[in-house]
Amino acid sequence: MRGKYGMQNSLGDFSRPEIEQLERRLFLRRGLSLGALTLLSGCNVTDAESVQRVLTAMSTWNDRAQAWLFDPNRLAPEFPESAITKPFPFNAFYGKNEIPVVDANSYKLEVSGLVREKKTWTLPELYALPQTAQITRLICVEGWSAIGKWSGVRFSEFLQRIGADLTAKYIGFKCADKYYTSIDMPTALHPQTQLTLRFADQVLPAEYGFPMKLRMPTKLGFKNPKHIVAMFVTNENPGGYWEDQGYNWYSGS
Amino acid sequence: MNSGSYTQVHPLVVRIAHWVNALAILIMVLSGWTIYNASPLFGFTFPYEVTLGGWLAGALQWHFAAMWVLAINGLVYVCYGILSGHFRRKLLPVTPGAVLHDVGQALRGKLAHDDLSLYNAAQRAAYLGAIVLAVMLILTGLVIWKPVQFYAIGQFMGDYEGARYLHFFAMVLLVLFVVVHVVMVALVPRTFPSMITGRVRSPGGNEMRRPT
Repeated sequence: MRGKYGMQNSLGDFSRPEIEQLERRLFLRRGLSLGALTLLSGCNVTDAESVQRVLTAMSTWNDRAQAWLFDPNRLAPEFPESAITKPFPFNAFYGKNEIPVVDANSYKLEVSGLVREKKTWTLPELYALPQTAQITRLICVEGWSAIGKWSGVRFSEFLQRIGADLTAKYIGFKCADKYYTSIDMPTALHPQTQLTLRFADQVLPAEYGFPMKLRMPTKLGFKNPKHIVAMFVTNENPGGYWEDQGYNWYSGS
Repeated sequence: MNSGSYTQVHPLVVRIAHWVNALAILIMVLSGWTIYNASPLFGFTFPYEVTLGGWLAGALQWHFAAMWVLAINGLVYVCYGILSGHFRRKLLPVTPGAVLHDVGQALRGKLAHDDLSLYNAAQRAAYLGAIVLAVMLILTGLVIWKPVQFYAIGQFMGDYEGARYLHFFAMVLLVLFVVVHVVMVALVPRTFPSMITGRVRSPGGNEMRRPT
C-alpha cells in the first residue's frame, strides 16, 4: 500500500537530474522540521546535511540488518476467511479517480535483465500457470494493517520458469501508474511471495492493482507494486518511488 | 569555601549511559509521535511543532537510527548494573510498603534527600519501572518492526496490532516518568550536577551513609 496523507507527493514530469535536486531539497526540509531544528539550534545547513547523511547511512545499515534477520523459511501468519478486512482499504499515491485503466486484451508483461527467456507475457498465459492462494496481513508503513485474500502464481516458480539468474541481487518492477520499486532476491524466492492475479476470489480489481501485482506478506505494503507492466532481474539496486524519497529500501516485516 | 568532602554518587558508566539514554529517548519519543500521526490509534494527533522528522519517512529514519543507540546503550547499562552489583546496591530491596510510605512522604514534601548516594523506595520503584518500560518498548518495537521474524515474541502481546497499543501505552508511562523525574530534579536541584560530575558535596563533612 502506498501512502495516505503525509506521503502525497507528485513530482510530475521533471527530467531526472531536476527531480534528484528537488527531491534532495524536499528531503532536507522535511527531514529537519521544527522538531529537528530545536535539537540542532545554532547549527547551520552543512550540519543539517551531515545529519541527513548519517540518517541515510543508518537506513542503509538497516537494510543490511533486515536482510540478515530475514529467515527465508519463516512464513507470515495466515488467517481464516472470517478474519478478512471488509472493506479492504484502497491506498495509493493518488486518489481513486486516478487509478490507471489497463486494457486486459492488449496487456503485456515485459520480462528483461538477467533472464534466459526475455519474452512478454499475456494475461491468458499468466492465468494458465499454477495458482496458489493466501490470506495474509498487509501492513502499511503508516502503521495500519488489513487482512486480505490474494491468489496467483508463486513468484519463485515464475522466476524459475523464465530462467532468471537466481544469484542476482535485485528484481525491479515498473507499473502502469509510473510507480516503481524493487526487492531483494531472497524475498523474491520466499514461498509466500506471489504474482497476484486475483483478490477475494475475483479477478484483481483495478483499485488493488489490475491486472497483476506482487504480494509479499514479508514486506510493508508500499513494497508490493500494483499494475505491474515490466520486471527485470539485475545486480544494480533499482530503488523505488518512495524509497528514493527516504523510505527504507528493505522495509521487511 | 569550606572544603567539605565529596561523596561519589554516580559511577562514570551510569552517567554516560544516563545522558546517551536521555538523548535516545528524546529522539525516539518525538519521532515516534510523527509515526503515530501517520495512522493515529486514538482520536488525536501530536502537534507538528513537538514532533521530529518532518514527515513519515524522516521520522522513521530518526526512529530506526536512534533505536540502535537506545538498545546498545541500554544493553551496556543493564550488563553493568547486574555484573557490578550497581542494581543490587542502589535499586534493591524495594518493597510495596516502603514505596507507599516514601511516595506519601514525597507528596507531603517531607522526603529526605540528605544522602544522594542512596535512593529512597519511591526512587527505586520509579527507576526499576523505567527500566521495565524501556525493555517493554524495545520488545513491542521489535514486533512492530518485524512482526513476521519476531512472531514468537508477538504471541505474548496480541501480535502486530496488540504490540502497537502496548508500544503506545509504554511510551505514555515512560513520558510520565520523565516528567516526574524532571520535576523532582527541579525540586532538589543539587541532584542535577551530580549526574554530570558524579559526586556531591556532603553537607556534614565526612558524614556516613545512612538510609533515608
